[in-house]
Amino acid sequence: MNRFLKLLFRNRLAAMGFVVLGLILLAVILTPILPLQDPYTTELGARFKGPFEDGHILGTDHLGRDQLSRLLWGTQLSLMVGFAAALMAAAIGSTIGVIAGYFGGRVDNVIMRAVDIVMAFPYILLALAIVAALGPGLLNALIAIAAVNVPFFARNIRGIVVTLAGREFVDAARLSGMSNTRIIITEIVPNVLPVIVIAMSTTIGWMILETAGLSFLGLGSQPPQADLGSMLGEARAALITHPFTSVVPGVMIFLIVMSINLLGDGVRDALDPRLKSGALSRPLPVTTVKRDGPIPAETDDLLAVQDLHTQFHAGNRVFRAVGGVSLSVRPGECLGVIGESGSGKSVTALSITRLVASPPGIITGGAVRFQGRDMIGASYEDLRQIRGDKVAYIFQDPLSTLHPLYRIGEQLAEAIRVHHKVGKEDLRQRAIALLKDVRIPNAESRIDTYPHEMSGGMRQRVGIAMALANEPEVIIADEPTTALDVTVQAQILALLNDLRQEKGLAIVFITHDFGVVAQLCDRVAVMYAGRIVETGPTGQILDTPAHPYTKRLIACVPELGQGKRVLAAIPGLPPVVDDLPPGCAFAPRCDKAQPACSERDIPLAGQAPRAVRCIYPEEAV
Amino acid sequence: MGSYILKRLLSAIPVILGITVIVFLIMSLIPGDPATAILGSYATPENVAKINKDLGLDKPMVARYFIWLGNMLTGDFGRSFSLNRPVIDEVLERFNATLILAGTSFVLCAILGILAGTISAARQYGFADKAITFTVLIGISVPSFFLGMMMILVFAVDLRWLPVSGMYAIYGGGDLPDLIRHLIMPATALAAVATGVVARLSRAAMLEVLRQDYIRTARAKGVPERRVIMGHALRAAMVSIIPVLGLQAGFVLSGAVYIEIVFQWPGIGRMLVDAILQRDILLVQGGVVFVAACYVLFNIAVDVAQSLLDPRIKT
Amino acid sequence: MVALDVENLSKTFPRARPLFGAAPPGVRAVRPMSFDVEHGETLGIVGESGCGKSTLARMLVGLLAPSEGEIQIDGQSPGKGDPAEFGKLIQYVFQDPNSSLNPRKTIKQVMEAPLKHLYQMPSAQRDDRIREIFATVSLRESFLERYPHEFSGGQAQRIGIARALAADPRIIVLDEPVSALDVSVQAQVLNLLADLKTRLGLTYLFISHDLAVVEAVSDRVMVLYFGSVVEIGRADSIFAHPRHPYTKLLADSAPVVGRPLTAPEQKGTELPDPLDPPPGCAFAGRCPKATDICRTDEPELRDMGEDQRAACHHPIDP
Repeated sequence: MNRFLKLLFRNRLAAMGFVVLGLILLAVILTPILPLQDPYTTELGARFKGPFEDGHILGTDHLGRDQLSRLLWGTQLSLMVGFAAALMAAAIGSTIGVIAGYFGGRVDNVIMRAVDIVMAFPYILLALAIVAALGPGLLNALIAIAAVNVPFFARNIRGIVVTLAGREFVDAARLSGMSNTRIIITEIVPNVLPVIVIAMSTTIGWMILETAGLSFLGLGSQPPQADLGSMLGEARAALITHPFTSVVPGVMIFLIVMSINLLGDGVRDALDPRLKSGALSRPLPVTTVKRDGPIPAETDDLLAVQDLHTQFHAGNRVFRAVGGVSLSVRPGECLGVIGESGSGKSVTALSITRLVASPPGIITGGAVRFQGRDMIGASYEDLRQIRGDKVAYIFQDPLSTLHPLYRIGEQLAEAIRVHHKVGKEDLRQRAIALLKDVRIPNAESRIDTYPHEMSGGMRQRVGIAMALANEPEVIIADEPTTALDVTVQAQILALLNDLRQEKGLAIVFITHDFGVVAQLCDRVAVMYAGRIVETGPTGQILDTPAHPYTKRLIACVPELGQGKRVLAAIPGLPPVVDDLPPGCAFAPRCDKAQPACSERDIPLAGQAPRAVRCIYPEEAV
Repeated sequence: MGSYILKRLLSAIPVILGITVIVFLIMSLIPGDPATAILGSYATPENVAKINKDLGLDKPMVARYFIWLGNMLTGDFGRSFSLNRPVIDEVLERFNATLILAGTSFVLCAILGILAGTISAARQYGFADKAITFTVLIGISVPSFFLGMMMILVFAVDLRWLPVSGMYAIYGGGDLPDLIRHLIMPATALAAVATGVVARLSRAAMLEVLRQDYIRTARAKGVPERRVIMGHALRAAMVSIIPVLGLQAGFVLSGAVYIEIVFQWPGIGRMLVDAILQRDILLVQGGVVFVAACYVLFNIAVDVAQSLLDPRIKT
Repeated sequence: MVALDVENLSKTFPRARPLFGAAPPGVRAVRPMSFDVEHGETLGIVGESGCGKSTLARMLVGLLAPSEGEIQIDGQSPGKGDPAEFGKLIQYVFQDPNSSLNPRKTIKQVMEAPLKHLYQMPSAQRDDRIREIFATVSLRESFLERYPHEFSGGQAQRIGIARALAADPRIIVLDEPVSALDVSVQAQVLNLLADLKTRLGLTYLFISHDLAVVEAVSDRVMVLYFGSVVEIGRADSIFAHPRHPYTKLLADSAPVVGRPLTAPEQKGTELPDPLDPPPGCAFAGRCPKATDICRTDEPELRDMGEDQRAACHHPIDP
């Protein structure tokens, strides 16, 4: 709760809304005891007095009634009606939604059909029909507004509950012997409650507005009782001659609704867990760079990553995802970068052309040089020209990385068109040729299909074709086969290997799988906690790993053909990179660790082509 | 495509039937009998019985529903006693005026809303974003009827730029420029809230889409950022914006009721409010069913647009 | 003795009836299959996406009512699709450890549920039992007051295992229990599972797409393709001497250090369309050995050598 309030008030607008609404609420609560004039006493001699005339702070209305008193009593009425309508709609709508979503099937079908029909009305028609039937009056207006909002809650909550009901913890609860009623109460409802609160807080202002609207039309509160809407409605007749009488209730409605909206948005942001990490920020076209240190000197490698530092800033925490990584590839070479989740391998790959999502990512040091040119300091346009033309990417999940609404031919053609002027027909021919290159059967017809019409393996072939579109010098493959079935993976890897040999490509291959590295890569770099702990030719590393982490990680990997056995494990967990221990990050899990391991930074050392970041290596290199 | 449209049209039949049932049920809740309301002080028992028989009110409810439904299918929505003319004539005439007003507002809110939302998302936390977010917040918080009244004060009374109310000038006028001059204020006031809502949702949809992997793919391909935003991202965001537009059409149609009152626009909303206050039930029934049915058809058009945009929807 | 006996179990998901005409035939996620598992045995179940392994698992624990067939656990047949009846006999460990724990419940509340609802155990006894189980899976008792988001994947999976153990089942279905975990943590969980099995005399059904992991933990392995069992045999020999071409394809596809990178022999990678299944053997379209009979007659599972059964018209010579 404290955390929630802190988050809420960090949002200045929400705090402002809270203050305004608080003041209004305070005034409303104090209304009965304030020395106000009677809101119903008419005094025809004192009609349309201006502000501060004859002791009427806000003047009088067309019947000479005190505006301030009417305003406060009217506000009280409007607020109560609005809240009541919101509560009613939320309670009834959410119940319907939970039942429909949880039970699914026929129950769901019948309920949602009915909801659809109610939603097929422009909502005011329904409200008008209800008021027509029940007769004008504030209570009837309240019922009408609540009723037309029920389907909104029902549909929203149902959507959430359908997802929840399919979650594994609900299955687990069933297997624990819990009944449906109990599952709904203890498993489902606590998880939808925040959503209901959010939906309420964002619709309450709307409901106040709507009940005021019905009163404005003369269908809500009936004279002499007045809420803000009917005050405004009554004042309208004298709008041109005495505008002030209209302005008072109008501004009050505006203030109430705006403060509730501000507060509601704040509540939503504070309750929505996705916002806590700042994940709802949209990534900039290039990663932000804040380099303080010296920029490493030029090398003659095709692609060189030099002492790269990439961080993620979330609140007060700084995650050092990449903490000084240096890599290089030569033409035609395949470099494997291997590590577990959180080791920084993917961030390294994305940093190369500054594709790390920013915010929260920031490149804080080092350089990435393509043919000697530094890309970290390059302008957006320079970088854009390299992306996809000289350095291309293949990403992990081909379903989410291809645009769902463009035909694959269009996506391939675009990859070429943004870099080279090519005619329309040529583009199509190029795209077909590319599909043939990646061995897609019936390329001529496949080119006009959408990604969702293809299997995972075919989609990844399209991903590869797109990377090849401009015959790049370097391809960065970020776990390209992880999302695929094993028989498909074998095909994709073989394809990549063939293409590499045919076209002399340099590949940086990011993976967590030693088997894949062994089959595809010439050299390998092992990453742990944002740094390279060991690097060298693949065969040597697999046969004689020098770093204890490498050695023990290889031992963990079960390999086919060794029968039933006990597997080796590494105790403990990889460290979180916002609080790295000094010295070797692996020391706490290492059985060879000595006090010296945790004293100071350990350099990556050894004789080329091998290097290891360890003072007690398994093998001297 | 044709079969998809046909399928959607067929699926609208039960929805429209459901609408008629709901309207009929609500209307039958009305206490007292309509005959007394119609006859007023002439309500002698004989007259009441006669009217009841004329209107078929002496029959059971189910039979009455089917008679009403059958009549509507032949285009007979009954006769409005307060206006003393066929309901359908009045409804069509009034709906035409509403359509001009609501249609203009809808187009305004769609274009401005999506544009504002897109700019806002592309410049998240920048000056444009803050300015738009603030304007939108005011837009969705101010009651449209109050906004309309204030606009009358400023632009019609004070500055005398635009006519105070009505659809056409009483003397002269009646042409398109005259209509447009009368339309500017009500259409803007009506569009304000809807624009705000569309802008907010477009911003949220764009932000959501911009975080997707395929946007990163487009950037990795070297697609210029303007194309990434206006092409890849907006197109994908439209998938979630279009249904919102469908919903907003209902809100614009609803808001038109207030605006028609404020600006004395001779639309169907004003007609309905008057009919309710005069308890002219056939007019209310006919008006509500007609507008709701039109809205259902409009939403089918929205679904069809959606299926054209998104190939993943099975047609 | 047989712990689990499955006879002709199948699941067909009905499809929506179109506006006109009769309902189309349903999607046969699991075709009629029979197998049994001995007490104390681990049966590995492998197959790629769409092979029906998750549907099978959900039927075995009673989360999904089978369309046809019979499940017998320890000689008892629990009611059709009633998880509470199944719960005491068979439990489930889920693939995604974090999504299998309710984010708004403490670990203690999660652990108490099976004790309270399956065994109606009083509070004091529950605490003792939970402490005992936590000691068995080497989890700290201080975890009990915490919420799921505070745990890493490996820890959460241990909690998932502890929850399954709390129901005191004879059989545990492990549905990809380590595929969401990193390699170095994966081995910790696998070793814990092996240890629990010997100590508590459990029987496992271990579902995975990772052949090497399955081989390392299983006694026997069952290979699924397109909803059917294509081969079943001893773990130490089935991949070395596969009789079904699909098993061979799987074994050849696994990346192995030292094996040159060539795509194993197959015609395509496309699965048959479940909405329009081909007649005959489902693998025929990809099979290098397929002949006419494969495209017309569905092969039966039959004995092929010692402890090995395969459904193939042209089995590979051992």
